[in-house]
Amino acid sequence: MGLDFSVVPSYADALFLGVLWTIAITIVSALLSFFGGILFAVIALYGPWMIRLPFRFFAWLFMGTPLLLQLFLIYFGLVELGIDLPAFVAGVIGLGLHFAVYNSELIQTAILAVDKGQMEAARTLGLSRTQALIRVVIPQAVRDVIPPIGNNMIALLKDSALVSVIGVSELTLSAQLAIGRTYRPFEFYAAAAVLYYIINLGMEAVLRRIERRTQLSR
Amino acid sequence: MDIDLILRVYPHFLKAALVTVELSVLTVLLGLVCGAAAAAARLSRFAILRFIGAAYVSLMRGIPALIFLFLLYFGGPQIGIQLTAFQAGVIGLGINIGAYMTETMRGAIISVDHGQAEAARTLGLSQFQSFRKVILPQAMRLMIRPLGVNINAQIKGTALVAAISVVELTYTAQRYIGSTYKPFEMFFLAGILYLIIITVTGKMISFLDRRVRLP
Repeated sequence: MGLDFSVVPSYADALFLGVLWTIAITIVSALLSFFGGILFAVIALYGPWMIRLPFRFFAWLFMGTPLLLQLFLIYFGLVELGIDLPAFVAGVIGLGLHFAVYNSELIQTAILAVDKGQMEAARTLGLSRTQALIRVVIPQAVRDVIPPIGNNMIALLKDSALVSVIGVSELTLSAQLAIGRTYRPFEFYAAAAVLYYIINLGMEAVLRRIERRTQLSR
Repeated sequence: MDIDLILRVYPHFLKAALVTVELSVLTVLLGLVCGAAAAAARLSRFAILRFIGAAYVSLMRGIPALIFLFLLYFGGPQIGIQLTAFQAGVIGLGINIGAYMTETMRGAIISVDHGQAEAARTLGLSQFQSFRKVILPQAMRLMIRPLGVNINAQIKGTALVAAISVVELTYTAQRYIGSTYKPFEMFFLAGILYLIIITVTGKMISFLDRRVRLP
């Protein structure tokens, strides 16, 4: 069976819809992983030890296991607990949590690297410890790690293909549905690869803009 | 936590963990070969080689590893490439991780001080000799740690072959979750084994790193 790319355009609509879902999943999970990362960093650094220690254990467990395994845990585990979520939500939670743990590691290091004088100055000006953390220390820490967080978000985009395995309809699953009808795997996976590549380029451009806007001119 | 169940199924998980180790070793070896070749191409004098190296890195880092794996395994037969799932997994993931290793190796090589190459040339070494005897040994020291990060990611990356039904840890966990409805126990069991593999590998890499580190 040779190659015949002429079948691809008739599935253009389905693939385009897949692209939109991939972008939506990426954006929602990226936001979840960003804010989750900040929250996790604060818990890991300042939480009471009864929360901090088990939390660090789970972070270690999540950083040492594959995303695919975690997706199976979340998808089937939630069902086991009697929580029946749509696959989309399970996929977003899985991706978001997985990358929140990685972002949290970056943000923790950055929080510890913010000059101590910043906290002292804020406290002198009458801010409480929590206020100083939220308004002074964390914004500076997060700004410092925007570029590596951006790299994590690029990885998140590519890993979003994995949620097709638990039945979330996005670009990879769209390609698979088209393959199911046409028996032309090479053509449709190649088309999906091109589309992912284009989304990736777009995302890199957006991240570069964010980086330029948030970095101090030094 | 159903301990009886864990005790009953763990031998299957151990066997699957060996497959994961095998996949990790083979993909990392192939990745190192691809990475070294592409790093050499990217640093070459010839524009065409530089272009090929850059295109390889950009393509592989721009598409999901899963899509490349599917393209190779399901699409391969259409262009005359017949591979078993295991072979497709090793080749697909090895070529993929190679692109990330290319950048690690290239980064280490170009961060060796320029004066080193100049001094070597002044002392009468040829360009190849100066690279082989002066630049590379120094670059090797610099690349062990970041390659360790690539390898750590790749051990977890081998889980992708579960999607083409290679019986390794994640696939085994998935099968047992499906048949026992005990997702937490199965995750815990597979997770511990992944952590053991990753921790041991990490220790080996830091041992190697300490051995070659300059005082």
